[in-house]
Amino acid sequence: MNHVLRIQVGPVSFRIGSQWRGPVAQLRRLYSGYPEPDGICDFTVRLEAERLWRRWIRPSVAIRGDYVLPDAAPLPLALGLLAGEMGMNLQMALGQKRFLLLHAASVEKDGRALVMTGHSGAGKSTLAALLGERGWRFMGDEFALLGLDDGLLHPFPRAVSLKNESVGLFDGVDPARLGPVLTGTPKGTIRHLRPNGEALERMAEPAPPAMILFPRFGRDLDPTVREVGAAEAFMRLTQASTNYVALGERGFGALTRLGGAAPSKAIDYAGIEQAEALIDDLWRSA
Amino acid sequence: MAASLYAADPPETLRTVELEGLTLLYHRPSGLTHFLAPPAPQILAALAEGPADAETLAARIADAFEIDSEDPGAAIAARLAELEAAGLVRRT
Repeated sequence: MNHVLRIQVGPVSFRIGSQWRGPVAQLRRLYSGYPEPDGICDFTVRLEAERLWRRWIRPSVAIRGDYVLPDAAPLPLALGLLAGEMGMNLQMALGQKRFLLLHAASVEKDGRALVMTGHSGAGKSTLAALLGERGWRFMGDEFALLGLDDGLLHPFPRAVSLKNESVGLFDGVDPARLGPVLTGTPKGTIRHLRPNGEALERMAEPAPPAMILFPRFGRDLDPTVREVGAAEAFMRLTQASTNYVALGERGFGALTRLGGAAPSKAIDYAGIEQAEALIDDLWRSA
Repeated sequence: MAASLYAADPPETLRTVELEGLTLLYHRPSGLTHFLAPPAPQILAALAEGPADAETLAARIADAFEIDSEDPGAAIAARLAELEAAGLVRRT
């Protein structure tokens, strides 16, 4: 690979190699301030031309690495940054074995972690990023890493992927923390946000999980809070995990332990301020 | 025709957690997780004493668990069929 970036994100290290300068330059800028890992990285992502000539002619980025999805569609070079991000997600989703991986966002306050999980569009990335600017420590917006032995939530503070309407909510942050606006992606307009200094400085600090939240966003929804029973929560968390089955009994042990340590709630909300108020209320009474 | 005899894997192959009246069960041989409602966990526990048919199991369970059915044997047979489909019991 001609261009290489090595970064440490919480307990996981990545080596991202690219045949083009652009994607790595953009990633280097976005991940400015992240530690460089020692030794061999956990995962390698390779951004390569889909075919030899596609390195120069209508350049098309195929996402490859230690683990590959054979039918993953390549992206145009203009979306090379997104390809790098997707590549890191893919390596984690397919290869992570040290942690139970939950497709969830997490934030921390008072030494305890709040885990938020839900379908795409539930607002977990936006909520985590926003809370991270308002007194909480941002731990991650895409994957929550649950320790198999310690039962702790380990931070994985990658760049936040802001989508569509959420992009405008962060106009006030330091522009150096924002990536380029990526239009025409499979998920619409995307802009990446580097987590703030506290999230980076404390990326090696895990926290015990204290609450699991299943948020649901909808413009017509009335703000409501619902208790989620332990059995329903367990089922939904297995669905939210990319490696529950692969981990076998260790995954079962970690997930039942999480359910025992952290009560689950579901919230409906129609706006971000509403969600923040609901979460603050829940957290105070937890 | 003689009633079918059912057997289950030994208790040490299972790991269970009680959740709100349900039993969450990890089956080590298959690596699969199951949610069981009563009387399925009681059936598995009763099979630990050895293979049995539905009527025998109904009798074994009756001491500790009240089966809400006029025909407990038939109710147990129906649950056995479900447990067989889930791979948790087998006919011997």
